[in-house]
Amino acid sequence: MAILSNVFLHLHPVAVRKSGIRLSFTWCMGGLTFFIFLVEVVTGVLLMFYYRPTVEYAYFDIEGLRAHVTLGLLREMHRWGAHAMVISIWLHMLRVFLTGSYKPPREFNWSIGVILLVLTLLLSFTGYLLPWDQLAMWAITVGSNMARATPLIGHEGPLASFVMIGDVPLVHAGDDARFGLLAGTFVGPNALLRFYVLHCVFIPVVVTVLIAVHFWRIRKDGGISGPL
Amino acid sequence: MSDLTIINSAMLGEGAIEGIKHVINVMCEPHWFFIISCIGLAVFLIGYRRFTKPSFAIFTLIAFTVFYAVSALDSDFWSIIKKADNVPITIMMYTLGFCLWLGFRQAAINDQNMEEGKPLLEAGSDDKVLVWPDLVYAELIALLLCTVFLIVWAVVLRAPLEQPADPSVAPNPAKAPWYFLGLQELLVYFDPWIAGVLLPGFIVLGLIAIPYIDRNPRGNGYYTFKERKFAISMFMVGFVILWVVLIVFGTFLRGPNWNFYGPYEYWDMHRPAALQNINFSEIFWVRWMGQGMPTEDVAGLPYYIFRELPGIVVLAVYFFIVPFFLRVTVFKKLGDQLGFVRYQLMCQLFLWLVLVPIKMALRWTINFKYIVAITELFLNV
Repeated sequence: MAILSNVFLHLHPVAVRKSGIRLSFTWCMGGLTFFIFLVEVVTGVLLMFYYRPTVEYAYFDIEGLRAHVTLGLLREMHRWGAHAMVISIWLHMLRVFLTGSYKPPREFNWSIGVILLVLTLLLSFTGYLLPWDQLAMWAITVGSNMARATPLIGHEGPLASFVMIGDVPLVHAGDDARFGLLAGTFVGPNALLRFYVLHCVFIPVVVTVLIAVHFWRIRKDGGISGPL
Repeated sequence: MSDLTIINSAMLGEGAIEGIKHVINVMCEPHWFFIISCIGLAVFLIGYRRFTKPSFAIFTLIAFTVFYAVSALDSDFWSIIKKADNVPITIMMYTLGFCLWLGFRQAAINDQNMEEGKPLLEAGSDDKVLVWPDLVYAELIALLLCTVFLIVWAVVLRAPLEQPADPSVAPNPAKAPWYFLGLQELLVYFDPWIAGVLLPGFIVLGLIAIPYIDRNPRGNGYYTFKERKFAISMFMVGFVILWVVLIVFGTFLRGPNWNFYGPYEYWDMHRPAALQNINFSEIFWVRWMGQGMPTEDVAGLPYYIFRELPGIVVLAVYFFIVPFFLRVTVFKKLGDQLGFVRYQLMCQLFLWLVLVPIKMALRWTINFKYIVAITELFLNV
């Protein structure tokens, strides 16, 4: 009864197939990705205590964290964890592909997994800006310049010059896809705040919901895959 | 031995090392790096039963590690791989190599077993064990190891923190985060709207579409290569070559102005820029027709559409005629299995996947730039 009434004990069924949980079969990469996500949540919340997402403070808060905290584990674990999560989620996808585990009845869960993969990259990308050093600013500049070239809605994108009412062009540098991403025409204070909110609130919430769906579907679809 | 011969032999040794470094630098040039990777993958997939034998895997591991370690003695190579944000790439190369071996090793054993009528590695799927304690116990160990790994990494290596952000001082090269460097590398061959918007979109949609396109019922829930050769080969080309290899290339071998630098070369800021590249419309009108580029509207067509008509025709043939040609030749059996809609979807994704190496090859051989170059509308393909 203790198991039935506890949501956390419902991540797993009571019993699982022996062949399904062999380490050489699963590589444990999905589980590790989830675990690293939890590490990121914990270290991330702690970092939020020390960090203010404004141009005046951001860099110096990070610098202070580095100077005053012995061994500075917090930020290092958060950053290296982010890289490790990107690698482990790729390897998880590779394992699921090689074992054909996306095949019926697991098609839908594979799609959820792909979205989680994209969100993981976006989490890492939005977090990259927050230290507000040269590395951060220019990596995000290079990345977000792509949005400028989005067809129709980027001001240097194909066919954008046709989007107009009468003679008034609707898409220009001040209102295109890149502007929406950065809240400006360059990586500035607004972009920092926007990336902070996306990184700390919006994307993690979406990821959490999708992880719940992902895990629930694993059980619904018959647990870890195995030969039919 | 006189002093002179010692000096001579030392110089000879030095010369030999420089020679080897030079050869490797040349082998790392974009076209060689890409071609060697493709050949490597093809050989691995064809001979996967032989190349996944433990003895061969250990030999590869040692050979790669020795090569990597010796290369690290070179100051230019070391300065690239020691960068804190490049460390994940080294970790990725090792973990990915290991995981590929692990997967294909089990596929080789399963394929062998199936031929001999023996059970699969994953057989006995009805045997059940209790989650508590059997699975939870294993998970706890994995979790502890992962924590230890992260803590050690965090203690040993400090997270990078450069100068405060300054919009007026652009670093050269300015690179995206490492996991996007494959896409940034594609900017050499494609305009941003393709490399940065269209291709990532196709990657995501293509991945989501995989289970709905691949209707091969075999190979569900166990490692195999024999039963899913086409699906797995395509995935390997997309993931290993066009994603991972390009990331490694973009990180380690692209320096200032996104010029190519061999692994043992100094990142010299003053290397001259690339050659002038040429568009298909220029080849067609100037070289083949022997006239200037059209600058006047023709029969209601804007001049730039008329100018790029040859390229537009080429693209139309590539995306709309080639699928039907492939349908009756190489994809005959596959097309029968999939049905019209699934086949067309699969084929479009396949053609985009192939277009990337085609354009790369054209650039390397004839300095080719755009198939269609409507620069007036930012519409360049």
